[in-house]
Amino acid sequence: MKLIFEASRQGRGCSLLPACDVPVYALDAAAGRKNPPRLPEVAEIDLIRHYSALAKRAYGVNDGFYPLGSCTMKYNPKINEEIASLPGFTRIHPLQPLAMSQGCLEVLKLAEGYLCEITGMDAMTLQPAAGAHGELTGMLLIKAFHQSRKDTKRTKIIVPDSAHGTNPASAAMAGFDVVSIPSTEEGMVDVAKLREAVGDDTAGLMLTNPNTVGLFDKNILEITEIIHKAGGLNYYDGANLNAIMGKARPGDMGFDVVHINLHKTFATPHGGGGPGSGPVGCKAPLAVFMPGAPIREAACWADTGDQELEIIKRAAAEQAEGTAPPPKNDEEKEIQKAAKELLARLQQAAGPELEFGPVSPLSIGSVRAFYGNFLVVVKALTYILTLGKEGIPEASENAVLNANYLMSKVKDLYPVAYGKHCMHEFVVTLEALKKETGISAMDIAKGLLDFGIHPPTMYFPLIVHEALMLEPTETESRETLDEAAEMLRKLHEIAKTDPDILHAAPVTTTVQRLDEVGAARHPKLHYAFPE
Amino acid sequence: MNYPKELFYMKSHEWVKFLDDATALVGISDHAQDALGDLVFVNLPQAEDAVTAGESFADVESVKAVSDVYSPVTGTIAEINEALLDSPELLNQDPYGAWMIKVVNVTDHADLLSAEDYEKMIAEEA
Repeated sequence: MKLIFEASRQGRGCSLLPACDVPVYALDAAAGRKNPPRLPEVAEIDLIRHYSALAKRAYGVNDGFYPLGSCTMKYNPKINEEIASLPGFTRIHPLQPLAMSQGCLEVLKLAEGYLCEITGMDAMTLQPAAGAHGELTGMLLIKAFHQSRKDTKRTKIIVPDSAHGTNPASAAMAGFDVVSIPSTEEGMVDVAKLREAVGDDTAGLMLTNPNTVGLFDKNILEITEIIHKAGGLNYYDGANLNAIMGKARPGDMGFDVVHINLHKTFATPHGGGGPGSGPVGCKAPLAVFMPGAPIREAACWADTGDQELEIIKRAAAEQAEGTAPPPKNDEEKEIQKAAKELLARLQQAAGPELEFGPVSPLSIGSVRAFYGNFLVVVKALTYILTLGKEGIPEASENAVLNANYLMSKVKDLYPVAYGKHCMHEFVVTLEALKKETGISAMDIAKGLLDFGIHPPTMYFPLIVHEALMLEPTETESRETLDEAAEMLRKLHEIAKTDPDILHAAPVTTTVQRLDEVGAARHPKLHYAFPE
Repeated sequence: MNYPKELFYMKSHEWVKFLDDATALVGISDHAQDALGDLVFVNLPQAEDAVTAGESFADVESVKAVSDVYSPVTGTIAEINEALLDSPELLNQDPYGAWMIKVVNVTDHADLLSAEDYEKMIAEEA
C-alpha cells in the first residue's frame, strides 16, 4: 500500500471547503510560518481510496473479538452514533448564545449528574480529553488542595507497583515525586508497606480498584483511611470501573477524586474511532479547584429561599412540562394562576433555564477548550440512558461473569497470576510455557491474530512475567467466548507440538511479524519528498 | 547466564565494579538485559550529577516496558557511556562491557551481593 505522500502530485487537490463567506482577518505576520507546510496533494478519489484501504487493514471491535485487557473494548451501540449525529448537537458552536444551546447544556448537566451518581462524587468536569489527561487534571486538583492550605511539604504520590504506567507519569507531570509500593503475593496493596510509606509529605495515593490483576482490593477501606489519616487524598483511576458500575462507588470507598474513561466504560469509540473523553469527578471540598465554569440553573430558576415563590416556580415548571395536576382547592387554584403568570413572564423574557456560573477563583484553570469532547459525552449519555438504573449494574455483572467464564475455560493451560476468581479481567502467566517450549506471551498473541482474534494486552502488569491480560467485556456472547477458549487451547497445543508455527505467526494478516525493536530504535517520523 | 566474579550485584539487577576504593563502574546484569528483552532506549544522567545508593539514576526502555536503574553507590558521576545513547543494543550484546556510568568520590554503597549469592537469588526466584 502506498503512503498518501507517495500518491501526492503537485497541484492536485480536492475542493472540500466552501468559499469563505465571512471577513478574512490577517494574523500577525510574526506569528505565521515562513513557508507553507508540504502536505500531500491528491484528488478526492485518491484520498477516499487511501482511507478505504486503511480501513480494510484495520481491526476494530466491529470486526471480531477484542479482549484487550484494561481497555474495555465493548461494543459501541449504533444508537449512540445516531443521537450524536442529530443536527442540534452537530450544528452548534460553543460561543452561540445560551438560549440557542439549552439542549446541549442539559446534556452536559445530565451527564455530570449521572457520572457523579455512578462514582459517588459531588462535582464533575467533562473537559479532559482522555484518561491520562483526566489523571493529570486530578493530580492538579490534589496539588491545588494542598497548596490552598499552605501544606506545601506534601510532594509525594504513592502508586502501587501494579499501576498503569500513566499513573506515575501523570503524578510526575503535575510535579510530584512518585513512591512505588509493592503488591502482596495475593496481588493486593501491601497495607503494612503502605503504612510505612505515608507521612506528612504524602500528597495522595493513586489506585485502580479492581486492580490491574483483575482483583477487587478487599482492604480498600483500610487503604483509603491510611492515606486520609496521613493527610493525603485518594485518587481513583477509572480504568476498571466497568467491573463495578452500579454495584460499588469509588466515593463510598474513600476516594476523593476519580477519572472515568467514557471510551471504555461508557461505550464510546476508542483510539482512531475516538476521540476519547476522561471526565474527572471530585468530592465537595475539591469542587472549588475544578476547571471551567459550572453549569447551573439560571438565576430565575434557582432556589431563592422564598418558600412561597418556590412553590409557584415548581407549579410553573410543571405547567411548562404539561404535568401540572388539576387544582384540588382554591389555594391550589391561586398557585396555578400565579404560576401561569410567572411562566408567561419568563417565556416573554425568553431567558435560558441553564447558564454558566462564574469560574471559581481557585480553579486550576481550563484543561481543554470549552466543554471537552462534547459529542463523546452525548454518546456516553445515550448509553447511560439506554441501559438505565437496572442495565448499568447488569452490564458490570455480565462483564465479571464473562471474564470468569473465559478464565475457567483456559486456566488449566494458562495459569492465572493471582486469585481464584476475577472481576472483569484476568492475567495469566506464560512463564512455564516459555521455559518448556520457548513460546512467549508475544508468540501466543501473534498466533491469535491468525485466528482472527485481537491479542490481549501483553507484558502488563509488569509484576507478572510473560503476562497476557484478557478482558472479554459483557457484550460478547457465550459462543464467542467458547470459540476464543478453544483457540487459546489449540495455540497451547501448537506451542508444544510445533512451536515453529507460532514463531512465524501471524501469516494470514496483511503484514506479518513486525520488527518492533527496529521500529523503536530507528523510528521514521518524517517523510522526505523526493526533490 | 554469566555473572563475573569480580563484580558485585544489587537485588534490583545492577552490577558495580570497583576500580579502586572511591571509583566504580555501574551497569545492568546479564539477567536484567535478558529479562527486559531488546533494549531500544536508554536515558542517562549527566556527568557531575550526584547519585545515591539505592536511588534511581537512569531508565532503560525495552519493547515491553520502561524500567528504573538503581545506583549501587553514592558518589559523583565522572563520565557516562555516551555510546549507549545511540546504540542501546550494546547493553544486550555485552552487559558487562557496556557500563552506564563511572562514579567517583564513592562514599557509600547499597546492600551488595557477590556473584555467587546473586546467582543463587536468581535461581530461587525462577
